[in-house]
Amino acid sequence: MEREDVWELGGRTLTSRLFLGTGKLGDESCLPAVCAAAGAEVITVALRRVDLQAPDQGVLAHIPDGMILLPNTSGARTADEAVRLARLARAMGCGHWVKIEIIRDARYLLPDNEATVRATEILAREGFVVLPYMSPDLYAARSLVDAGAAAVMPLGAPIGSNRGLATRELIAILLEEISAVPIIVDAGLGRPSHAAEAMEMGAAACLVNTAIATAEDPVAMARAFALGVAGGRLAYLAGMPAVRQQASASSPLTGFLEGL
Amino acid sequence: MQVTINGQQREVLDGMTLVQMVDSLGLIGMPMVAEVNGEIVPREAWGTFVLPSGARIELVRFVGGG
Amino acid sequence: MSQPWTPPLLPDAAFEASSQAVDRALSRAFPRLMDVAALLSPEASRRLEDLAAVAAAQTLRHFGRSRLLFTPLYVANFCQNHCRYCGYAAHVAMPRLRLSLEEVAAEGERIAATGLRHLLLLTGEAPQRAGVDYILDCIRLLAPRFPGLALEVFALTEADYARAAQAGATALTLYQETYVPSVYRAMHPAGPKANYRFRLEAPARAAAAGLPSVTLGVLLGFSPWRQDVLALVAHAWHLLERFPGLEVGVSLPRLRPHAGGFAAPYPVADRDFVHAIVALRLALPMAGITLSTREAPRLRDGLVRLAATKLSAGVRTSVGSVAGSEQFAICDTRSVAEMAAMLRQQGLQPVFKDWQPLGEAREQAA
Repeated sequence: MEREDVWELGGRTLTSRLFLGTGKLGDESCLPAVCAAAGAEVITVALRRVDLQAPDQGVLAHIPDGMILLPNTSGARTADEAVRLARLARAMGCGHWVKIEIIRDARYLLPDNEATVRATEILAREGFVVLPYMSPDLYAARSLVDAGAAAVMPLGAPIGSNRGLATRELIAILLEEISAVPIIVDAGLGRPSHAAEAMEMGAAACLVNTAIATAEDPVAMARAFALGVAGGRLAYLAGMPAVRQQASASSPLTGFLEGL
Repeated sequence: MQVTINGQQREVLDGMTLVQMVDSLGLIGMPMVAEVNGEIVPREAWGTFVLPSGARIELVRFVGGG
Repeated sequence: MSQPWTPPLLPDAAFEASSQAVDRALSRAFPRLMDVAALLSPEASRRLEDLAAVAAAQTLRHFGRSRLLFTPLYVANFCQNHCRYCGYAAHVAMPRLRLSLEEVAAEGERIAATGLRHLLLLTGEAPQRAGVDYILDCIRLLAPRFPGLALEVFALTEADYARAAQAGATALTLYQETYVPSVYRAMHPAGPKANYRFRLEAPARAAAAGLPSVTLGVLLGFSPWRQDVLALVAHAWHLLERFPGLEVGVSLPRLRPHAGGFAAPYPVADRDFVHAIVALRLALPMAGITLSTREAPRLRDGLVRLAATKLSAGVRTSVGSVAGSEQFAICDTRSVAEMAAMLRQQGLQPVFKDWQPLGEAREQAA
């Protein structure tokens, strides 16, 4: 009786709602097991210079075949740098998806929404599937949609902070107001319950990196997040009973109707 | 002639192609993208792409990232 | 605007909702259209006390305990329209009058003496007898006395609304009466008001012309009420979205007996009326809700606790003070002082002057 809960992104049909980040893993060889445990279909990577002294195969060698690669533009401080990184990523020949990430602040790693809108506009025109990482702001989200973003990815809390949905109220506004594209909560989700909460609120998916990568057992944590995401999603679909406003008037508020 | 590869100065032979340079670094076969003076050089053109003197070359590949 | 706005008119079946759907709608800060349908459903009617509790909390949150008092001033009752339900319709035999500007000034003084500073200026629709120029004269005369000066006259062009704003008008009250085009046609068979779309778009023209406040409404009793109340909400949402910063209010006058003797084909019971008002508060948490003296004192006293924020007081529906020229019968005949006392008794604060516009015309007038 359970219908398959699929969704569309960038012209692809997805069944998983957990995107996986690949940073901060001590040992990338565990990635196949982590991907399997997460049930992930989309996985992020970053671009860096080849180390001429100690060249390696890079992370690709550990990513299972068939996954959708989502290169990010980490390191970019301006729209132009993000565009350049996106083009380099596409030249790798692994698809045309890109997560725009433009950061000009070293302490909180907060994205620059304005520059992100500009980069989104350019890259969407060039045919990229653009997933912009952003601070949850309604107007910025609308501008990103107008600029051609395939989804918007508001942050739950600063990258790597594991603080959960610190921006809950602002994300709730995006979920309420932005219906043209999926909303994927990215960054800050430190526990499966954080991801479940985002999914209960109606997010289309979550992107998790640090919390899984830095767990003592990344494979088990990937599974835990997958369950959190699935549970939250199921609850959202089930139509959660509303929190009842306590109606405890000592005399009925509509009692005046009796005497009419 | 002098070129700059990933920020490091290197001396290479005049008329060297991009593929020869990548080979000389022991990087042939590794998944990477090459950018010369800010322009991406498609892999199929590496064999015929002659490095200009003073070229700034960037060789990048995918690493773990979120 | 690329596409002209059209009200959503949902079939009766759309107003069937489960108790869970009502709960969901009640829990939303800003309900969507289907939530409002749920809030108007028969199931929601069974849960009226729950709705009332949330509505009262929303009203307290957004309006505190202040309630605005105002009074209408009818300055003319000449009318070319043939609205089947109206005491001023062209075919109704009654004395036809237009106050002279001296009389308008005297009425203004009489009302100002009660302490009220919010006035609703009304006429029929007869451009030859009481047209835009006459209305503008009245506005200029009354604006120095009444910082809140709302127009409830026939639908004007954007240019005329701009002139009215320039002259000192601060608000528009214009009821669509019904959003159902077929019912609208039947109720407004002849006269300029027969143009549904010109009326529908009048509040947007007024907002575009710079009037800071508009009040929309439907006249209950023409057709099943749920459909019209939902369309009213959608109209208010549309204006709020199109004109950020515009103050949008709503009102639900019920058909009253009048000089023409029209019987409402779908009379709205008191319980349904309260339900509709409470649902409006839930759908439009920040909208002013006006409650007219068509309603009985006990009902007004109850609704002012739950949802209503603007009440008329000391009302005459006659032109000036001329007996026999009433538009409709009123039910709440209390004076301004009596209404103020009632509000205070309920722990509410009567407000006679809500604001002072800072426009150029005002400064000159003052």
